[in-house]
Formats: sequence, structure tokens, C-alpha cells
Amino acid sequence: MTVTHERPEVVVPQESTSRLVADRVTLGYGERTVVRDLSLAVPDHRVSVIVGANACGKSTLLRGMARLLRPAGGSVLLDGEAIHRLPSRQVARTLGLLPQSAVAPEGLTVTDLVSRGRHPHSGLLRRWSREDDEAVADALALTGTLDLADRPVDQLSGGQRQRVWVAMALAQRTDLLLLDEPTTYLDLAHQVELLDVLRDLNAARGTTIVMVLHELAMASRYADHLVAMQGGRVVAAGTPAEVVTPDVVRRVFDLECRVIEDPVSHTPLVVPVGRHHH
Amino acid sequence: MNATLLERHPDGTAAERVAVVRRARRAPRRRRRLVLAGLSVLLLAVFAARVLLGDFTFTVPDFFRILLGAEIPGATFILMESKLPRAVLGVLVGVAFGVGGAIFQATLRNPLASPDVIGVSLGASASAVVAIVLAGLEGGAVQAAAVLGAVGAAVLVRLVAGPGGTHHLVLAGIGMAAALLSVVHYVFTRADVWDAQLVLRWLTGSVGAADWPTIRLLALALLVLLPLVARATRALPLLELGEETATGLGAGRHQADLVLLLAVLLTAVGVAAAGPISFVAFLAGPIARLLMGGRTTLVGAALVGAVVVVGADYVADYLLADINFPTGVVTGALGAPFLLWLLATGRTGRRVA
Repeated sequence: MTVTHERPEVVVPQESTSRLVADRVTLGYGERTVVRDLSLAVPDHRVSVIVGANACGKSTLLRGMARLLRPAGGSVLLDGEAIHRLPSRQVARTLGLLPQSAVAPEGLTVTDLVSRGRHPHSGLLRRWSREDDEAVADALALTGTLDLADRPVDQLSGGQRQRVWVAMALAQRTDLLLLDEPTTYLDLAHQVELLDVLRDLNAARGTTIVMVLHELAMASRYADHLVAMQGGRVVAAGTPAEVVTPDVVRRVFDLECRVIEDPVSHTPLVVPVGRHHH
Repeated sequence: MNATLLERHPDGTAAERVAVVRRARRAPRRRRRLVLAGLSVLLLAVFAARVLLGDFTFTVPDFFRILLGAEIPGATFILMESKLPRAVLGVLVGVAFGVGGAIFQATLRNPLASPDVIGVSLGASASAVVAIVLAGLEGGAVQAAAVLGAVGAAVLVRLVAGPGGTHHLVLAGIGMAAALLSVVHYVFTRADVWDAQLVLRWLTGSVGAADWPTIRLLALALLVLLPLVARATRALPLLELGEETATGLGAGRHQADLVLLLAVLLTAVGVAAAGPISFVAFLAGPIARLLMGGRTTLVGAALVGAVVVVGADYVADYLLADINFPTGVVTGALGAPFLLWLLATGRTGRRVA
């Protein structure tokens, strides 16, 4: 697999390795199976994006990979070990998570919330240290929220709030970061801003990022590795150039489209056909 | 590599950024120290008032003389068998209810989800009155029944609510509370005059009938429970961010259940000792949060709980001459307007930003 974007600062390993792997995993809620027998290797140090129509199982897959859901079959492996059997704290030092429904308690300040990202690194004998201060400061600076440091989270705008939650996950300083629809409820400018922050992070620290995105345009623009899902299965996976084709878009989104080149990022851009313009 | 990204950052050097974080972390901690110190002084004052003042006034030297064993006819009995045990039991019960309630509200992210609203306290009451009237038990057996009843009610609410959100749990709990209340009322109609007095105590709760054996038992229970609570609630800052975020930050799968079980036990031993003094568990956490500017503090909730119970007992004892109210009547009168205020300001749902 080749990487289409030119990113000189990233050291892309010649052969792709995967610390996080879904091995024939079956996931669901109670009796209802959503993801069946799915295998997926998340390439290290890349940005992977999972796309698909509503209810295709993309969030369920992410929740399974983040150990929020216990698989009914198969397993999710982190560094070769079943993630559900590892102590949660140990996992939290390697794998960070931003769930979809994050809500801060009323009155909690930005710094207080972001500081909680350091919890997996704390211990009975280990007190708050300079390293913790630095991790929080870096996370705030990277997300452009340092000047909000002593504001209550519930008084921020939607875009600011979402960046603060990302900052909390960044303060965790994990090698892998999973985000479930981080751009939902954000307007276009804030979407671009947030995804840029995540690309920065990937570039600066080599953080492996996996996120579920709703928007195919954003996904093909920001992904190194794109995973298209439909009916609980992976339909196509690879670079955006490989995955975003009229054929795949028809199968995944049930949408007729043409694919052109994005004039800015030179990634594939989906142009829907619809019934009114031929 | 990280440095290169932040070098051109507008927020200044690494040292300047760390200074911003340090400053932002310092302010709430200073407030916390101030609030806890203030509450401690307040508790001391209320405790002193409860013990020394009233229809029989003690001087401080007399108080210590009696405490050290001096016999002053009349005074010794009033202090050692009424005033002091009531005050001490008030503190212990207030701590148990305050901490238990605050844990529930923080973990379930809803001020309505306190053990006295969602049927945990009533589980203890119902079980106790059934033990007294229908099973003919007394003393320690009744208190044991109360603890079992609280745990049983909590487990039942959890099962009825299912895996959904806090809303389900609060609704299931309110339903459970109503059902348990009707059990208590039913038993009340079956009780003779003497038992009816006891049943009433299990309905409103009071520290009026405090005795030293009960205090010793409760103190022992708290001595065991509170260290466990202190250890388990290190995860509370994670749990109050919601289950999924908490897991992402390293909370174990059963951490919330463990913390809640400890809170149930705290509430249960409190009810077993003094009955379900209304609304203390419900009030203490939010009042402490308000004082702390929105941060959950169990120590603060413990202090507020103790102040409320001891203060309410003082009011109950001396508000009207000749009438000795149960403590729970006074706390109930405080709690009801607060509940209405919560409903009116829409703070009962998720504490959504």
C-alpha cells in the first residue's frame, strides 16, 4: 500500500505494522449482531478513517476496538493480546478514546477536565508532576485552547468544547487514539480546524489515529487509510484513491456519483449525481 | 518531534504554557482549602451549640469535666445520655448520608439520583419495619435487616433499570421508592401503638433516640467503610465524565458498581442507626458542589451532611417548646424547596454543558 499524501515529516515505515488488530470480531448489543466476523489491521503511525452509511456498524466497530463493547466472537488485539483481558488502566496508557457522547459535569474548568487525561499515568505513590503539567499544557496548546484554561467547559461554544475534549485525550499521551465522530455538531470551519489538529498530532508524534467520520469528503481528505463499511462488513480498505470509486460509493452509500480530484488536496472528491442534474 | 510542532506556537515557550496550567490548577485548590476549612469551623460551631446550649446550658469547663468522668447531678445525665450522643450520632449519620449521596449523584451524573430519592433508604426502612412488626424482631436484627433491605432495593433498581442511561435508573428508583413507601404504610396499619412509634422513626428518621451502643456500631462501620470509599473513589473524577470516557481513561469494568455498592452500604448503616433522615443525602452533595464552584468533593459533602443533621436536630429540639420533632421533619422542610428549585432550574437531567 502506498501513501498518497506527501508528508515529509512523517517517517512512514516501509512495511506497515499494526499494534491494534480486529481478528474475526463479532460485535452487537444483546441479541442484535451489528458487526459480524470482521477483521481489520490498523496501520501504525497513520490516520485511519472508517466511513459508511448510518447503522453500518462503524461506531460499533470503534467501540469494540476501544474495549467499550465485549466481542461476542473473535477478539480485538492490542500488541498481540486480547484487549478485553488487559487491565483497563494499562490499556489507557497506550490507547486513548474520545467517545461520541462526552458531557462534562457542570462548572468543571478546562484545565481540570484536561488534567483528568493524566489519570492512567497516576498512581498511589506517584503525585502530580512537572511531566503532567507539560502534557496538559501541550495538549491545550496543540488544540488552541490554552487561553481557555480556567474557563468552565459548559460556557464554551460547541467547537471550543470539542477541542477541549480532544485535548483531554491528547493529555493522555497515548500511541493510539480512537475518536468516534469527533466532528459531529461542528460547522465546516471547525471541522477542518479539528481534523488539522489531529493531522498535526499524527505528524508530530506519529500517533496512530482511528476515527469514524460521517463526511466522505473530509474522510478522503484526511485519511491515509480509508475503511468503507456496509452491513457490518468491510467493503473496501486502502488509500482514499483506492477506495473512493463510483462503484464503492454506490455499494456503501447507495449513491450514484462521479469522483474528481480535489483541487486543494489532490485526494478523491465525491460529486453526487442525484435525480435533478444530469 | 513534538517540540518542532509547538516551537512556532503562538502560546509562547513551554515554560510559559506550563505556568498557565499551574495557575489554572491552583485557583480551585485554594478555594477547596478555604471551603473545607470554613465548613470544619461551622461544624465545630454547630456541634458546640448543640451540646452546650438549649434549655440546659453548659459551660465549656463543665463540659470537659463531665466528659472526663465528673458527676454533676442532673447535668451529667443530660449531657452524656442526651445531648452528646445526639450530636455525635448526628455527625456520623451526616457523614454517611453526605458521602453516600454525593457518590451516587456524581457517578450517575444526576442530582436526583441520590439514595433517598431512588429508594435505597426506603429499602432499609421497609425491611426494618417488616422485621419489627411482621417478624417480631428487635435490636441488632432490625438494623441488619435495614442494611440488607437497602442493598436489596439498590440491586433491584439496578436490574429494573437495565443497561440504559441514568434517566432509567432515576425513574425505576422513584417507582421503587413509591412501592416501598406503600409497604411501610401497610405495615403501619398493622402495627400496635407501641410498634407504630418505632415504625414512624423508620419513616422520618431522627437522632433523638441516640444511644452509645448504636453510635459505637455506626462508628465501627464507618471506620471500615470510609477507607475503602477513599480508595475506590479515586476513580470518581473519571466516573463523573460518563461510563465510556471513564473506560477510555482506565476505569475498570465494574468500578462504577463497586463505588455505588460502597455508597449503598454507607447509606444503609446510616439508616440503620437513625432512620432515613430525609433529603440529607440529596442536599449535601449539591450544596458542597455549589460552595466549591462546581467540583465534586466528598469531604465537603461529608461536612455539609454533618452540619445539616446536627443543625436540624438542634432546631427540631428547640424550635417549639414542648414539642420534640424528629430530625427528618426539619431536613425534609429544607429539602423540599431545594428539590423544587432543581426542577425549576432544569438541573435534574444530565448535567449537560
